[in-house]
Amino acid sequence: MRGVHFEPEEILETVKMVQMENLDIRTITMGISLRDCAHPELARCAQRSYEKVCRHAEKLVRVGDELEREYGIPIINRRISVTPIALVAESSVAEDYVLMAQALDRAADAVGVNFIGGFSALVHKGLTHGDRILIDSLPEALAVTERVCASVNVASTKAGINMTAVGRMGEVILECAHRTSDRDGLGCAKLVVFCNAAEDNPFMAGAFHGIGEPECVINVGVSGPGAVLSAVRRAPQVDLGELAAIIKRTAFKITRMGELIGRRASERLGVPFGIVDLSLAPTPALGDSVAQILEAMGLERVGTHGSTAALAMLNDAVKKGGAMASSHVGGLSGAFIPVSEDIGMIEAAAAGTLTLDKLEAMTCVCSVGLDMVAVPGDTPAATLAAIIADEAAIGMVNRKTTAVRIIPAPGKGVGDFVEFGGLLGRAPVMPVHRQASDAFVRRGGRIPAPIQALNN
Amino acid sequence: MSEKSNRIIVTVLGQDRTGIIAETSRALADAGVNIVDISQTVLGEFFVMIMLADMSHARVGLGELKTQLSAKAGQLGLQINAQHEDVFKFMHRV
Repeated sequence: MRGVHFEPEEILETVKMVQMENLDIRTITMGISLRDCAHPELARCAQRSYEKVCRHAEKLVRVGDELEREYGIPIINRRISVTPIALVAESSVAEDYVLMAQALDRAADAVGVNFIGGFSALVHKGLTHGDRILIDSLPEALAVTERVCASVNVASTKAGINMTAVGRMGEVILECAHRTSDRDGLGCAKLVVFCNAAEDNPFMAGAFHGIGEPECVINVGVSGPGAVLSAVRRAPQVDLGELAAIIKRTAFKITRMGELIGRRASERLGVPFGIVDLSLAPTPALGDSVAQILEAMGLERVGTHGSTAALAMLNDAVKKGGAMASSHVGGLSGAFIPVSEDIGMIEAAAAGTLTLDKLEAMTCVCSVGLDMVAVPGDTPAATLAAIIADEAAIGMVNRKTTAVRIIPAPGKGVGDFVEFGGLLGRAPVMPVHRQASDAFVRRGGRIPAPIQALNN
Repeated sequence: MSEKSNRIIVTVLGQDRTGIIAETSRALADAGVNIVDISQTVLGEFFVMIMLADMSHARVGLGELKTQLSAKAGQLGLQINAQHEDVFKFMHRV
């Protein structure tokens, strides 16, 4: 036979991964620079941005559909990220950027993508006039749009933590929840507060097109907790070194699919290929859970003692396997542990095994952070800010991306659930500490950047 | 590795019965798809057939072919899957 020969086992493994283990490409995300859309009149800026997004992303959905059909790998989402809007809009004299969010929402609708990210500001060291307007516009922007995702970077390893911005974000999150109280605070599910935000992250809600990025780029986010889960379940007796090797091999195969789809999408769209983000991104579907992988590793329920160690190993093995599989790895790249989007996390949080404190500890060793966590609706803004500060401190000191996407569920308390449906899922309201943090948050200013030597 | 190959891998899974190869081959021939290689094996009670096929002269696209194959699969009570060869190349060969 001419060309490459495959063993039947290899063929069947691939078929099984796709058909039975939910192997999919989570997202093809097109990053588009809007830097040239700035204009003194915000309406003109919004119109230019709308037109540019529509022009570049016109074929994105069609090409995604074609690739999905031809390669037989489901591609769940086609998405768009844009330049942080604070940078684009601040040349204007406007005192409110909701118009920009609406233009992005219309553009996303016109080209058929379900989310567009980049209603964002980078304020880790301080706020410009435009940054302040963007942050003030967030509650309204997220309430009146459907597809727009927002993020604010409040800290970095090099700059420290902007505690004034952190304090403000606590208030903004609460306001977002109030403005969308009829939808369980959905606005908060579209808002991420970052430390060390990644400029090429293809995953929502935190995607934006960073300022070091080209005019237009294709980034791909792979998924595949189901395939890793099956591989771990098939190896109940092996020791952890061997288990890590099994996870690595599986992650390699999953990432290769991302590499393939990314290259082909880039060729067909005539847009450079940026990176593969090799994150394990769960969905609420049964068997597509990162928590269940940890449980298959030998924990009775995620959140119990040993969860941090198991997650650290899983995360590292995924990176090692994935890094070999792609020419350019970037974005967040690790295991995601969003509460509402992972059936195992939902169950563990509802049972009380997984607490917010343990979740925070787990975020020290994996990608992202406190993601899609619901807390009581009466949580004070200062407490939300303090939760953000803790998470930002973990990212800052460990030189990694951390994020907080938290929903103070309007009118709800511990024991209730928030329901978003779809990929955003549902989450039990988790208790927070009732002791106040407001005097600490109120101090404001910046927590200085940490020393980068004497590591202990 | 750029986009050049027109080859696909067709997998057929299900209970063994008479005529699986004949029916699947006919569906491919009707679509103008040339079979390059074929192998079959029985895993437990399941029949597994794997075909490497060339679509260079196919009369339909891969999307349409998959629709036709699923219709055939429905009639035969089998699962028929067709994917571009590159999927397997990328996953199993570096």
